[in-house]
Amino acid sequence: MNKKDDDLDYETTGHEWDGIKEYNKPLPRWWLWTFYATIVWAVLYTIAYPAWPGIREATPGLLGYSTRAEVVDEIARFEAANSEINAQLASVELTEIVNDPELNQYAQNAGSAVFRSWCSQCHGSGAAGVQASGYPNLLDDDWLWGGDIEAIHATIAHGIRNEEDPDARWSQMPAFGEILAEEEINQVVNYVMSLSGEPQDASLVAAGETVYLDNCAACHMDDGTGDRWQGAPNLTDAIWLYGGDYDTIMETVVYSRFGVMPPWTERLSEAEIRAVATYVHGLGGGEAPAE
Amino acid sequence: MGILDKHKIIETNATLLLIFSFLVVTIGGLVQIVPLFYLENTIEEVEGMRPYTPLELAGRDIYVREGCYVCHSQMIRPMRDEVERYGHYSLAAESMYDHPFQWGSKRTGPDLARVGGRYSDDWHLDHLRDPQSVVPESVMPKYGFLEATLLEGEHIGDVMATNSFVGVPYTEDMLAAATTDFRAQADPDSDFDGLLERYGENVNVRNFDGQPGVSEADALIAYLQMLGTLVDFSTFTPDASR
Repeated sequence: MNKKDDDLDYETTGHEWDGIKEYNKPLPRWWLWTFYATIVWAVLYTIAYPAWPGIREATPGLLGYSTRAEVVDEIARFEAANSEINAQLASVELTEIVNDPELNQYAQNAGSAVFRSWCSQCHGSGAAGVQASGYPNLLDDDWLWGGDIEAIHATIAHGIRNEEDPDARWSQMPAFGEILAEEEINQVVNYVMSLSGEPQDASLVAAGETVYLDNCAACHMDDGTGDRWQGAPNLTDAIWLYGGDYDTIMETVVYSRFGVMPPWTERLSEAEIRAVATYVHGLGGGEAPAE
Repeated sequence: MGILDKHKIIETNATLLLIFSFLVVTIGGLVQIVPLFYLENTIEEVEGMRPYTPLELAGRDIYVREGCYVCHSQMIRPMRDEVERYGHYSLAAESMYDHPFQWGSKRTGPDLARVGGRYSDDWHLDHLRDPQSVVPESVMPKYGFLEATLLEGEHIGDVMATNSFVGVPYTEDMLAAATTDFRAQADPDSDFDGLLERYGENVNVRNFDGQPGVSEADALIAYLQMLGTLVDFSTFTPDASR
């Protein structure tokens, strides 16, 4: 193919168009050999890894590589590494976790990871909740269903007002808009406001107390401190799930509220539930176990 | 060099060059694409996959229309971090009724392949209205207009027929009841027995947005709450060779 041109010192390719000749300037050797090496590499690669389609299946490759087997192996490796401490976490008394420094540290860290993956979308990445939507703040010491580790664990495991778990925490405030007269609701809203602050209209508070005792005290208690057995909020502490201004309390009384939380036993392991319970308990508002 | 010396023939004949180029590309395409249609280990049959209900299909169209796929993928890759965060890795069969599939190629937001059942309908509604109200660090735009846009579902039968044309196994019965099923799924007070009979007991029948009428938010939330929930992984045994 290469022909020496008599008139020139350069080699030409032998191509000639209307007397114009093409120099032969070959690719650098190193480049060419690298190119050949990549071709060889590609062929070897298709032999080592799954590649060539056949009649029923593709060649599996000499290395036996499988993405599915790899992810299963990797998860198994991490589970094996943590299995001892996870087994300990899942079997120890809930109240004892905090007393074991190593276990507690593991549960706090694992729990914070679980929280960020599964809980932060509603309760916020900082666990401060979203008042406008009624997602509870987990940083304070006000608890609807109890704030010791056992109660937090039960709430996470079974959830609140969901259909999936028969053990879900359940209570339902009636929508008093259909039960009480408009005037009575106005009175009781002012009374509830007076329990922790200033009512909108102080003249209605006395009448509101009567309405309260007749309709609300069964769950929220005579003194308004609520009842954790029924998840009835404490109305005297100036901490509000949905908001403590007149309009919001009015909305709560008239239409009621129905905040839900999913059960987590299906999605998380017992160790993970205990870890995130420990994390939430340790956020600041966790209570000592009931005697 | 024999045949290599003859390249001048194709270099000087554009039509011949075109024909040969086309042949080369065809062979490459055939080798890459055709085996996917017949190799057994690329077609995994799983239990539970069903065509989307009319309401879910309408929600899916809204998902596509609003370009959700630009920021959200629907493809959990077989890697430990993804499996631990999102759930079981996605199977090819889970997109079998997607035309086109919504795997996506970028995750500005989280993967949505298994978002179904993960949050409540109320959460979705809050989140569509104002994503930052529940996730302050989110950069997602607001989609509050969805709940204000009511749908009649009068064309959903045509959409289903089109899907049927490209291979989604909608039955005559499903096509005939399209608009009825469309309305029934968003109304728990309706007679939705036919819907469950046609699409299975696991179809979510709820007033997803809590407001009267079938809105675009109803459709989109119905679609989201179904995503990734069709295959029952407690009975699924993965074949490691796939």
